[in-house]
Amino acid sequence: MEWKASYRLLNYCKHLFHRRWTPNFHYFKTFYTSGCRYYFNQPSVLIKPYIGNFQQAFQTFKHPSVSLGMHQRNRCRSQYRCFASQATIIQRRSDFSTISSEDLSYFKNILGERGVVQDEETLDAVNTDWMRKYKGTSKLMLQPRTAEEVSQILKYCNSRSLAVVPQGGNTGLVGGSVPAFDEVIVSLSHMSKIISFDKVSSVLVCEAGCILENLITFLDNQGFIMPLDLGAKGSCQIGGNVSTNAGGLRLLRYGSLHGSVLGLEVVLANGTVLDMLSTLRKDNTGYDLKHLFIGSEGSLGIVTKVSILTPPKLSSVNVCFLACKDYESCLKLLLEARRKVGEILSAFEFLDHDAMDLVLKHLEGVRNPFPSSMHNFYVLIETMGSNESYDREKLDAFLLHSMENDLMSDGVVAQDITQASSCWHIREGIPEALMKAGGVYKYDLSIPVEKMYDLVEEMRVRLDASAKVVAYGHLGDGNLHLNISTPQYDDNILAQIEPFVYEWTSKHKGSISAEHGLGLMKANKIHYTKSSETVQLMATIKKQLDPNGILNPYKVLPSSLLTKN
Amino acid sequence: MKIMVAIKRVVDYAVKIRVKPDKSGVETKNVKMSMNPFCEIALEEALRVKELGLASEVVAVSVGPSQFTETLRTGLAMGADRAIHVEAPENIYPITIAKILKALVDVEKPGLLFLGKQAIDNDQNQTGQMVAGLLKWPQGTFASKVVLDKEKQVATVDREVDGGIETLCLNLPAVITTDLRLNQPRYATLPNIMKAKSKPIKKFTLQDLNIEIKSDLEVVEVTEPPKRKSGVIVSSVDELIDKLKNEARVI
Ligand SMILES: Cc1cc2nc3c(=O)[nH]c(=O)nc-3n(C[C@H](O)[C@H](O)[C@H](O)COP(=O)(O)OP(=O)(O)OC[C@H]3O[C@@H](n4cnc5c(N)ncnc54)[C@H](O)[C@@H]3O)c2cc1C
Ligand SMILES: Cc1cc2nc3c(=O)[nH]c(=O)nc-3n(C[C@H](O)[C@H](O)[C@H](O)COP(=O)(O)OP(=O)(O)OC[C@H]3O[C@@H](n4cnc5c(N)ncnc54)[C@H](O)[C@@H]3O)c2cc1C
Repeated sequence: MEWKASYRLLNYCKHLFHRRWTPNFHYFKTFYTSGCRYYFNQPSVLIKPYIGNFQQAFQTFKHPSVSLGMHQRNRCRSQYRCFASQATIIQRRSDFSTISSEDLSYFKNILGERGVVQDEETLDAVNTDWMRKYKGTSKLMLQPRTAEEVSQILKYCNSRSLAVVPQGGNTGLVGGSVPAFDEVIVSLSHMSKIISFDKVSSVLVCEAGCILENLITFLDNQGFIMPLDLGAKGSCQIGGNVSTNAGGLRLLRYGSLHGSVLGLEVVLANGTVLDMLSTLRKDNTGYDLKHLFIGSEGSLGIVTKVSILTPPKLSSVNVCFLACKDYESCLKLLLEARRKVGEILSAFEFLDHDAMDLVLKHLEGVRNPFPSSMHNFYVLIETMGSNESYDREKLDAFLLHSMENDLMSDGVVAQDITQASSCWHIREGIPEALMKAGGVYKYDLSIPVEKMYDLVEEMRVRLDASAKVVAYGHLGDGNLHLNISTPQYDDNILAQIEPFVYEWTSKHKGSISAEHGLGLMKANKIHYTKSSETVQLMATIKKQLDPNGILNPYKVLPSSLLTKN
Repeated sequence: MKIMVAIKRVVDYAVKIRVKPDKSGVETKNVKMSMNPFCEIALEEALRVKELGLASEVVAVSVGPSQFTETLRTGLAMGADRAIHVEAPENIYPITIAKILKALVDVEKPGLLFLGKQAIDNDQNQTGQMVAGLLKWPQGTFASKVVLDKEKQVATVDREVDGGIETLCLNLPAVITTDLRLNQPRYATLPNIMKAKSKPIKKFTLQDLNIEIKSDLEVVEVTEPPKRKSGVIVSSVDELIDKLKNEARVI
């Protein structure tokens, strides 16, 4: 094993050598290991550029610290924006209580001192969302360790009318995971046990606070993978993933969490613990209530345990990164890929010229596969199968055919895992690059694919030179991530974007939230996608499950529908 | 001038290594195999030399079972002109590989032989040196920079040594083994991958080269390094001192 470490260490040093003098430097590299990617994110001080520290670097490698990735965000030179302008629109609900000293002693009594966090620095971090765009003023974070503790917390909060925000890894992108005002933060991070894994049924049962990447690593050792994978894996939690119904990079292959989640344990607002933790694939007894909680963004209950179906890890993984001259070609390529490598296709992602440009400018350690020229569009295709030579043959035939038909202008096929990781690093690094570039307005849209890019072009015309319009996303799922990057947040620019982007999406029968949810950002925008009867029924369900409205208030549904009668 | 590059197929460097249960070696079944990273650097350097107009042809060679041709295909896709595959069992010792390479050099007569400084599986770091010895050619090992003078038939090689950089001048023909900092190997582009499919891979057997495999070495056992014990969090200074005194016995 020694050679590996020394080789990697040298690699480390090489990076250090070039970047040691860059301010805010931190090492950031992805390893793509047999179908799973790992983020390595270590402060530079850890690694001294001498072999003498070999042991330490090796340990660091073998035991990648877990909550890395996104927790480093404090280092980003990003815009800071308080929630001020929005807060004027939403009023704090006056029927909610504020924390009293009796409340604190009650919580300390059930959770112990360690489970009650009032330390300012910690609170500052958990009050602020990943984009540093939304910021609450909560004075209290609770860290339960069992569903029973969650139950006691909620029962008490419900009786006291104390509002609550459930928080997972706090990587949500719609302001749903932080308080709007002074809601009590209930963090699931101390509920991170893996309960069971059964190889035959391939069902994993774990607590909600398990970090996605830890589950990926755990399963990797068993020869399995998680059915979802996303750029935030180093911080996001399975409970957060379920609560946002996160899509991610593998949805194309393994479908949404509505398919792979087999059971949940959920605590309702009044403290009732709902045991729906089935590990059965088939169970048609009555209404399948777990689906209510998948994607409800903490507004109906707190997810405490998850049972999930995991696919086997396949040994043959191929990644290619292709360049296309126009959007039309990307679509044709998608169609071809479905036809020719459909059964092994596991990801089909795209990014446009502006996204590539941004990543190359703002992200460290990125390697442009086509250094000699820029292209208009890029497509990342991943296949996963069980037979390397069969997969390669199919993939090569598809690529050859596409090349002959002029669907791509250039392309590379990763020859080893390191090259595959570098390709993924480009696609997965876009959100981080956007953060570093300044302010960003994010829109996560489902639009019929053939129309999808029209919106981007119209937006560029509307905004002209005032902002940079960046497009990327899960093309295979018809999911566009439209991002408008500006040096500073500017209400004039916002007025140019909204409501135009929502109206356009609505007109084309799309969804204004493909996978990120509504959160605080889009609670009042739900009508652009759902009929009023549907929204009304949602409000009825919400009122039924949470009559006092203490769970994640101001989020998901328009507040106007939830006032008490 | 012709350049020959030796290439080895190894477990991909990003793969977590598992030792076989019977301790006979490392698990390679169902494991991603790739070109040894140092060999990739060697090939890249050879291609750059050729692109500078200082060489006419790059020949990639590999010694091993039939799957090694896949790795040679990667080499061809990166830009090697042709390849030679010597059919042989896996895990041959450096001295045998060096003899095979010498035999190939006698056939091909290259002006330069590039090798990776070591293969990341067995970490022997011997083949380059041994083949230079057998050929009686000058050697520049651990190269971090290579400059070729076509007129004078001289290669200037920077080597990374403990105290800094050592610069050597080698008369051609010579053996150069490559270190990590020499270059960043290119991606295999699609057009080149397609072209590589029709490039020739010539096969040799050990009999063809008149080489017999024998070794004075025997692998007794392969084991994993000992697992690091997980740490404990102590609740007080007193407990820490107690543990240091009574468990670790260091104070
Ligand atoms: C030979 C045979 C093989 C079968 N194999 C399987 C099998 O492999 N797997 C399996 O899951 N099932 C199987 N079934 C049972 C299965 O439930 C039904 O075959 C089928 O799904 C029901 O469809 P249907 O249109 O006949 O509905 P019906 O029998 O007419 O109705 C079934 C239920 O659905 C309700 N319903 C029907 N239509 C609607 C509607 N439009 N809106 C609201 N409610 C409605 C009815 O009120 C009733 O409660 C099998 C049945 C038979 C006879
Ligand atoms: C770099 C980056 C890449 C991303 N890529 C993708 C992507 O490809 N696809 C995608 O769908 N999303 C993506 N996201 C956003 C995604 O929604 C989140 O990363 C993730 O699913 C949320 O998990 P979390 O644990 O961080 O939840 P949080 O951000 O903490 O919470 C999200 C929401 O869920 C609620 N919640 C959290 N935990 C619980 C619980 N246990 N019970 C009840 N409610 C809970 C919160 O109240 C909040 O409303 C990305 C985010 C980042 C930063």
